[in-house]
Amino acid sequence: VNRLLERVPRGWRGLAWLGVLLGLAAALIAIPPFTVRTVAVPIVLGLAALTLGVGALFRGQRKFGIYAVVVALGGLALGWAATRSSVSNLEGVVVWSALFGSMLRYATPLIFAAIGGMFSERSGVVNIGLEGMMLMGAFFGILGADKTSSWVLGLGIGIAAGGLMALVHAFFAIHLRADQIVGGTAVNFLALGLTGYFFIDIYGQEGTPTDIPAIPNIDLGIIKDIPFFGDVFGQLNLMIWLALALVVVSWLVMFRTPLGLRIRSVGEHPRAADTVGINVYAMRYGAVTLSGMLAAAGGAYLSIGFVGSFNENMTAGRGFIALAAVIFGSWRPFGAAAACLLFGFSSALAQRLPVYSESAGVPVDVLFQALPYVLTLIAVAGVIGRSIPPVAVGRPYKKQ
Amino acid sequence: VKRRLPPQADLRGRDPVLRIPALRTGEAVSTPPEQLPPPQQPSSTFVDRYSLAQRASGALAPLITVVLAFLMGGVVIVISTGKAPWNVYKEIFQGAGLDWFFPWIAGDERTTTLILTGLAVAFAFRCGMFNIGGQGQYIAGAIIGVIVASNMEGLHPFLHILLTIVLGTAAGAGLAGIAGLLKATVGAHEVISTIMLNWIVLWVGVFLFTLTGPLQAESTGSPISHDVVEGAKLPIFWGDPLLQGLHIGFFIALSALVAYWVILNRTTLGYGVRAVGFNPEAARYGGISVARNYFLAMAISGAFAGLAGAIDIIGWQFRLATGDIQTSTVGFVGIAVALLGRNTAIGVGLGALLFGSLLTGTSTRNLDPEVFQPELASNLTLLIQGLVVLFVGADVLVLWLLGGFRRRRAA
Repeated sequence: VNRLLERVPRGWRGLAWLGVLLGLAAALIAIPPFTVRTVAVPIVLGLAALTLGVGALFRGQRKFGIYAVVVALGGLALGWAATRSSVSNLEGVVVWSALFGSMLRYATPLIFAAIGGMFSERSGVVNIGLEGMMLMGAFFGILGADKTSSWVLGLGIGIAAGGLMALVHAFFAIHLRADQIVGGTAVNFLALGLTGYFFIDIYGQEGTPTDIPAIPNIDLGIIKDIPFFGDVFGQLNLMIWLALALVVVSWLVMFRTPLGLRIRSVGEHPRAADTVGINVYAMRYGAVTLSGMLAAAGGAYLSIGFVGSFNENMTAGRGFIALAAVIFGSWRPFGAAAACLLFGFSSALAQRLPVYSESAGVPVDVLFQALPYVLTLIAVAGVIGRSIPPVAVGRPYKKQ
Repeated sequence: VKRRLPPQADLRGRDPVLRIPALRTGEAVSTPPEQLPPPQQPSSTFVDRYSLAQRASGALAPLITVVLAFLMGGVVIVISTGKAPWNVYKEIFQGAGLDWFFPWIAGDERTTTLILTGLAVAFAFRCGMFNIGGQGQYIAGAIIGVIVASNMEGLHPFLHILLTIVLGTAAGAGLAGIAGLLKATVGAHEVISTIMLNWIVLWVGVFLFTLTGPLQAESTGSPISHDVVEGAKLPIFWGDPLLQGLHIGFFIALSALVAYWVILNRTTLGYGVRAVGFNPEAARYGGISVARNYFLAMAISGAFAGLAGAIDIIGWQFRLATGDIQTSTVGFVGIAVALLGRNTAIGVGLGALLFGSLLTGTSTRNLDPEVFQPELASNLTLLIQGLVVLFVGADVLVLWLLGGFRRRRAA
């Protein structure tokens, strides 16, 4: 107990954390299962959190102070909004098991892409093209599943398409030593153009057919009856479980195997790695291609696991959110996955809000579609300074 | 006996900072230029040859880039539709109005827009930043533009237009300023923050003008803004006003090109921006505030894009629909325009002309569906744009091809 107590932050940092908790409480207290109806309670909690945050901000705890202020403002707004709406409405929106379930669904494509991005960046290549590689996976995944009538082959074709796109990026970034950010942007445009072109050419205005084989859900009959867990985990898509496994496997590979050490070393100091006989180019090609294949797997889940159809530009910035998750998670698998879950939760929340906005009179749910992007922006802004990127990231390596 | 190059002279060609005269004044004093040996010795390293070739073929490499991109686009046309690519391209450029040269330049309003969104990318590039938020800044300018221009009926037209343009420009500048501020203060990478801002602005715009949204024109029953009042529309200088004549926005864009050149090359601000773009560390050492320049360069970038949004609203759109907000891509095309134009004023103008006519020629209004499906063609434009960005980013490849041609000719 004493050792645990020692780890509790003290001083203004501790107070800032208290502010974060109070801000969360301001929002939580007004929604089920608590459902406090007086507006005063969340406002008092929120203001207390705000005070602590501002106090910490002026006492040198800038980062945690900002976190507390942001959470306090969010908690105030959410708590206030919740007490304004009816109880039945709230119970329609906030079904925790459904929220968690859809958080996992929204987070899965992000996790695939983020783990891919982590491999690429750890090897020293910035991969802004994740978005385009996801899009390739989404389109060629559904195209493959449609033409071969098998989701396995569809997934494989999608992954191959993303890998090919990544190879293009790798060739330009590694051999031609082009600017990696410009190259990644080009990959995004290319993917947007290619998928859009072939989508219109093959499917036209009708869109993708509805009878495309989908990636199956895993039915866990045993836990079905456990109240909360049964609802969340009982019927999850295969890809969600794969994503969670991928996080663990990638951590093992990255930090517990010689291969992981090599990948990290070419990203930190390619010259030194080269000197001890590691093939820098091969490592980087491998990591970038892997990142494209993983991102494409996330994209394929989006089209043939989650939505069941394809639209032009359906990834909608998810590749960039995944990239932000990599930074937010300090280039570590578990950190990145946690950030993906956070962003996934905000998407899930935004998705359930139409029920709420019907009573509000204005289409608040549309505005809430921006929530994941706002959170991402706050995350990249707030986290910098603590997270240190791989040293050689973005720098082409030239063998002597 | 050949004298060895002094180390400074060796560096000058490669290190961009040393190309700024004021940054190497000390060196110039210690070794007068006439004492330097002529640099025309056969250069050995790749970098030397590369920079030499780049200087020699300033305009050639972008041309080759475009030709390559169109070739690959043609391959896609042949594979997917079996049609002759040159016919498709011809049709696209005829749709753009090649027959009438002057209206072609000014006429497709896309050129005007693209000059400005191209400048938005180019200006940030000169400060070493990659602004892919031109799209969001453009939309922000359009949203504020349509709000200002559809209200305050009865205001003097000149004042109304001026106010719309100024506020729209400020909206773009403010939005990009957020990204610049984040970069300057906490070091958040501008690529991620501008992309996020794009999506935030998109959803705010859709929220404002969607059905039952706060600013939607209820009488129309569609997700669309109120119409711009007559007085706030930009004057027409060519053609019939009723049949979408050509508005004077083109001249505003041209003056923006001049302003871009003047700011960058003839002001202290531009000097600081370029110095930071060349090498932030050296600029900091020279007493230039890097953070301030990041912020200002981003804000000025956004101002160009915001101006484009406002001009489009009062020039030819006259209203803003949620569909426009969601499908517009001019901000992204600006990236290709700026890269192809090598971030110079003239280059951006020419790049905007090329992509402007591509966009106009592939629009549903101008392209005959019998020849080529407009939806396909607009994606083809995206593809060509992606290839251009890819090849421009990899000058080495283009120059290698160029070298191949020269070798063959010499043999």
